[in-house]
Amino acid sequence: MGDTTLVLGHRLSEWCGHGPVLEEDIGVANIALDLIGQTQFWLGLAREIEGRGRSADDLAFLRDVWDFRNVLLVELPNGDFGQTIMRQFLFDAWHVAMLRALTSSSEPRVAEIAVKAIKEAHYHLEKSADLVVRLGDGTEESHRRMQAALDILWPYAGEFFLGDATDAVLAEAGIAPDPASLRSAWDATVLPVLAEATLAVPAGTFAQKGGRRGIHTEHLGRMLAEMQFLQRAYPGATW
Amino acid sequence: MEAHVRPSPDEIRGWLAEVPDPEIPVISVVDLGIVRDLAWEGETLVVTVTPTYSGCPATAVINFAIEDALRARGIGNLRIERSLTPPWTSDWIGDAAREKLRAYGIAPPIDGTAADGQLLGRIGRLTGGSNLAVACPRCGSNRTERVSQFGSTPCKASWRCTDCLEPFDYFKCI
Repeated sequence: MGDTTLVLGHRLSEWCGHGPVLEEDIGVANIALDLIGQTQFWLGLAREIEGRGRSADDLAFLRDVWDFRNVLLVELPNGDFGQTIMRQFLFDAWHVAMLRALTSSSEPRVAEIAVKAIKEAHYHLEKSADLVVRLGDGTEESHRRMQAALDILWPYAGEFFLGDATDAVLAEAGIAPDPASLRSAWDATVLPVLAEATLAVPAGTFAQKGGRRGIHTEHLGRMLAEMQFLQRAYPGATW
Repeated sequence: MEAHVRPSPDEIRGWLAEVPDPEIPVISVVDLGIVRDLAWEGETLVVTVTPTYSGCPATAVINFAIEDALRARGIGNLRIERSLTPPWTSDWIGDAAREKLRAYGIAPPIDGTAADGQLLGRIGRLTGGSNLAVACPRCGSNRTERVSQFGSTPCKASWRCTDCLEPFDYFKCI
């Protein structure tokens, strides 16, 4: 959870000062801020459980590509604004479903983060769903761009629902849901919005995967090179 | 002050009621409802604070401001703890603070309108499909519209008044 919110939060922050209009620039920056705030909770819990004296900042800034467990979708470059919004929508629909499940986690420290974060995630979903409809069912060009974005991103969405042995242990203990169990809730959110946006759901069920095992696209390394530069060049720097 | 004469939590709460929120200085950290608990652990004062939005950059500044204010009152031995449960809600902002917000030009939150997962119902409410009326803090008109649900800080949305034509902030409900 923490790696996925961190990487997406950083990607969104790349729009700061470059948004197509002021309100969208501010909106995307606000969502980035929420996600990075949530990252502090998740990585804070991770460092607590790990118990090796690493801080949440150490986990964010001093791990390399293969240590990250984010899904591939969030590390992809932003593309145009439409692609950023489509990625956000596909993520938000999953995020809300996942957080809703985590609010009843058997681990209270997980549940309390989820209860906090889901309030923010609802706002994110409301915004991205609204924009997907407006741009998809908008002008010829905005429709073309949104369809192209969906075609690029769709194969990456399947990774949200793939579980491994660790997920099975977590599900058995009631700590986190079986990832596959979130698919129906995700479909129920995503498909009607895409239909309203007059966008065609790509055929095929092939899903890109690997992120949750530390096998990433070439894009994550470049992103980390920028995100982690300061701590790498000036170890321990604070302000 | 002798070490064993410790100010009561109520007295300390009164001091913190004078510590302004760094982003919205007309209201205090107590008005905002983020000071959740004040308790003595032996000689150490434990102040429990809950964040508004997860990523609010003011969180760290607020902690410094609380610490500064308490040290200035002679409390040298204190610890600030973060609590997430129950999660902060804009419903906790008191009535007096709501009036201060309005006078400052920020429309106060309307309770019970936080995002709750009823996506379409909520979109309907916020786009005029219901009776949710956010009054303009300047002229009082209910003829207002949302520009963006994300504003100048994580806790504010951008609105405008279609009567006096002024843009204004609306305290975003969570």
